[in-house]
Amino acid sequence: MTDRKNNQAVTELIKGVIRENPIFVLALGLCPALAVSVSMTNGLGMGITATFVLLGSNIIISLIKKFIPAEIRIPCYIVVIATFVTIAEMTLKAYSPGLNRALGIYVPLIVVNCMVLGRAEAFASKNSVFSSILDGIGMGIGFTLALLLICGIREILGFGRFFNFLVIRGFEPILMIGLPAGALLVIGLLLGFFNLLKNHNK
Amino acid sequence: MDAGQFLSIFISAVFIYNVILSRFLGLCSFIAISKETKPALSMGLAVMFVTTMSSIITWVIYRYLLIPFGLTYLRTISFILVIAAFVQLVEMFIRKFAPPLYKFFGIYLPLITVNCAVLGVAVLNSDMFFVNNKAVAGSFSYSVFQGICVGIGYTLAMFLMSGIRERLELCNVPKSMKDFPLGFVIASLMGLAFMGFNGFKF
Repeated sequence: MTDRKNNQAVTELIKGVIRENPIFVLALGLCPALAVSVSMTNGLGMGITATFVLLGSNIIISLIKKFIPAEIRIPCYIVVIATFVTIAEMTLKAYSPGLNRALGIYVPLIVVNCMVLGRAEAFASKNSVFSSILDGIGMGIGFTLALLLICGIREILGFGRFFNFLVIRGFEPILMIGLPAGALLVIGLLLGFFNLLKNHNK
Repeated sequence: MDAGQFLSIFISAVFIYNVILSRFLGLCSFIAISKETKPALSMGLAVMFVTTMSSIITWVIYRYLLIPFGLTYLRTISFILVIAAFVQLVEMFIRKFAPPLYKFFGIYLPLITVNCAVLGVAVLNSDMFFVNNKAVAGSFSYSVFQGICVGIGYTLAMFLMSGIRERLELCNVPKSMKDFPLGFVIASLMGLAFMGFNGFKF
């Protein structure tokens, strides 16, 4: 019995990483993912911030799900999410102003990130607190890893750097990959690549 | 307050920093609804209306409520709540008084609440046209104009994209690249074209 429970918990946790990866499989939360993906540092900062918001809102929403009337649930979720975003924004501003400047308007925009709202609606409003915590952590990790993948590709090809360290000497960076257009190209090709893997395995 | 400033807001909001192709706001709706020209146009016009109105409302709230009472940290929460309430109100209003208009873009209105472009404009306005919590000269008209221009940029990108995708329906594309991935690659190429306006000086 406990064994099965453990198994279930592990499934909740890892489903967000690969099988239901928010970015590559569910195509949620793309806007912030692409906008900040110029460097690994930004990507990591964004990933951690979004994970914090997702985890916090998942916990609170699964705690109060019985008190929320069905007709106005979306505004209720948005208030909860906005509260955590404000906490994250103030913390970033106080302890890491550089990162806050780099992420710019995309920190307040986590409020309308479809991933956070989507998980609140699809998971936290129907499940227990414990599984919502696991779901939040798993989805957050999946989001962060996907973000880091995009950032890694763009930072190496577009700037020849990795976490701000020069990696390839004498490599002429591809300017276009560093531009916003490059982000769209990279995500398009990555999605195509993952589809190819999926079709191949079938 | 001069014409040059307005022109530069127009060029940068519509072309150089196009909401979708360069700032990545409203990307989800852009990819999801751009399959046919007609719905794409309706969605674009609905977004334009909401960005304009929300620019006006959020400017007033920011200037006359949040700043005088030192509550600027509540920006995110108050903006998203006001926008959500406003969109709901408009939906109810046009359903009652203008059924044809409701048919035209009614079903897209609820989607707009969680469209990052709308909150994005409000946050951008309060970042760009307020310096040290003081409204710059002509701040209100710049904000409203930027709201309109962002809407135009959104509609333009949406319309062009839907035209391209309608033609793609007839083409034979690799199975893995169908739909989303190809959509992103096209968006990337469009983004490159829009970057051509970069470097304009006023």
